[in-house]
Amino acid sequence: MNDSDKAAHRLSNEERIAKVQSEKRKNAFQLTMLSFIGVLAFLLIWQTAVAVGWLPSKYVPMPSEVVKLFFVKWTDPNPDGGVLAVHIASSLQVALSGFFLAIFIGVPLGLTMGWFKGFDSFMRPIFEILRPIPPVSWIPITIIWLGLGLKAKAFIVFFSAFVPCVINAYTGIRQTSETLINVGKICGASNFTIFRKIGIPSAMTMTFAGIRVALGNAWATLVAAEMLAANLGLGYMIQQGRQFARPDIIILGIVVIGLLGVIFTWLLGRVEGKVLGWKK
Amino acid sequence: MSESQYKVEVQGLTKNFGSLKVLNNISFNIKKGEFVCIVGPTGCGKTTFLNLLTRIYMPTKGDLLIDGESADPKKHNLAFVFQEPSALPWKTVEQNLRFGLELKKLPKAEINERVEHIIKLMGLEQFRNSYPHQLSVSTEQRIIIGRAFAMNPDLLLMDEPYGQMDIKLRFYLEDEVLRLWKETGATVLFITHNIEEAVYLAERVLILSNKPTTIKEDLEINLPRPRDVTSPEFIEKRQYVTDQIKWW
Repeated sequence: MNDSDKAAHRLSNEERIAKVQSEKRKNAFQLTMLSFIGVLAFLLIWQTAVAVGWLPSKYVPMPSEVVKLFFVKWTDPNPDGGVLAVHIASSLQVALSGFFLAIFIGVPLGLTMGWFKGFDSFMRPIFEILRPIPPVSWIPITIIWLGLGLKAKAFIVFFSAFVPCVINAYTGIRQTSETLINVGKICGASNFTIFRKIGIPSAMTMTFAGIRVALGNAWATLVAAEMLAANLGLGYMIQQGRQFARPDIIILGIVVIGLLGVIFTWLLGRVEGKVLGWKK
Repeated sequence: MSESQYKVEVQGLTKNFGSLKVLNNISFNIKKGEFVCIVGPTGCGKTTFLNLLTRIYMPTKGDLLIDGESADPKKHNLAFVFQEPSALPWKTVEQNLRFGLELKKLPKAEINERVEHIIKLMGLEQFRNSYPHQLSVSTEQRIIIGRAFAMNPDLLLMDEPYGQMDIKLRFYLEDEVLRLWKETGATVLFITHNIEEAVYLAERVLILSNKPTTIKEDLEINLPRPRDVTSPEFIEKRQYVTDQIKWW
């Protein structure tokens, strides 16, 4: 066998890299397609089940109708008195103001409680009493205090998102490695500097897990709050769908809530990737 | 206060935890630029001893003086290489090297200069922007050693820094520490339970007893460098230290 013959069967380095990369891409593509097909199959079965009459079309709208309604609802305020964009905007405003307020108050509170023993002793009892109260149980008193407006609902959302922010920031900073703290001490750093430079970065992984939970809670509580007391918003739209016996409105509301949830989880993932980028 | 020829003076250091006597009246001195190893049986209170030196605990009795003053991490330059990984995982190699110097609030130009010096000295250029978890255990430990030497410490404490490593890496890093020690003229206190390591590295070996711990012997190692672990003189010293530890 001569040399050029042999060389023809060998992969050069570049070829090998190209091969591995193309296989990786193919794999990623296949997985994406599978997820896509999964969703599509689900919708198709649903559509068929209604079209063939296995499910009563009076109670279960076909997915195609929901999609159609989605577009109609952008311009048609019937029957619930608002176009889709208005409901979404109203819900987002409530959810995000409650959610961000919870982060800005909850995370620093959890971090300081976790680090400074005195502050922990001071805050802990109050927090432990407030913590187990289900956020929805605040609704009646909130309505008395703050009415039905943005503030009232944001307060309830805040409460549901606040607790996981505090707990995770607290637990996260408590788990700061003793060795790393000693590194700071030996360099002669003050307790506050160690808190800032070692404690807080150490706690970030747990804190972000908490923020994720908080986001889910905020969204769930929002809908509950809107179903009980509101005149706009996705939760309110769902509730009106029931009043007017319009299951398509209800399903549309649910789907939009689900999609927005996905979008926000994704956005949060991006932020997390930035802050915790060193983990990659 | 008399002008002391010693960089570090440990005077009658004693520590009790409740009724448990851990350290009993330990005294020794270290000259500037000296490399001292401490060996002792497991559980003899080595870690407690170090924590006293770094002021993480206060001693029950006795004191540690640096340049004739009570040691204070805020005033003196101490550096510590821990047994377990202690690089900050969210900082790159370069940021880790800068970290201690920034805590000391040194001027920026000074920090840049020292960090560049250490990076060059240790050949860390290619890892400059890597995060610790992307490196091998030995490289990560080298970062820590670099971080410690970058502090230009009055006293560098090393607590079994190679405890978890295989023999090849140990030899490699031992030589690296010796090289840095000579380059920087640091005063080093190195704790180990590996007798061969102690005899290989140290100018003096302090042998500790069982609890309540005290210094059993202060042994000069005057073998020429680089030391040959297979030479008869080396083996003789090693055997001697081993016998001292085995004695009980």
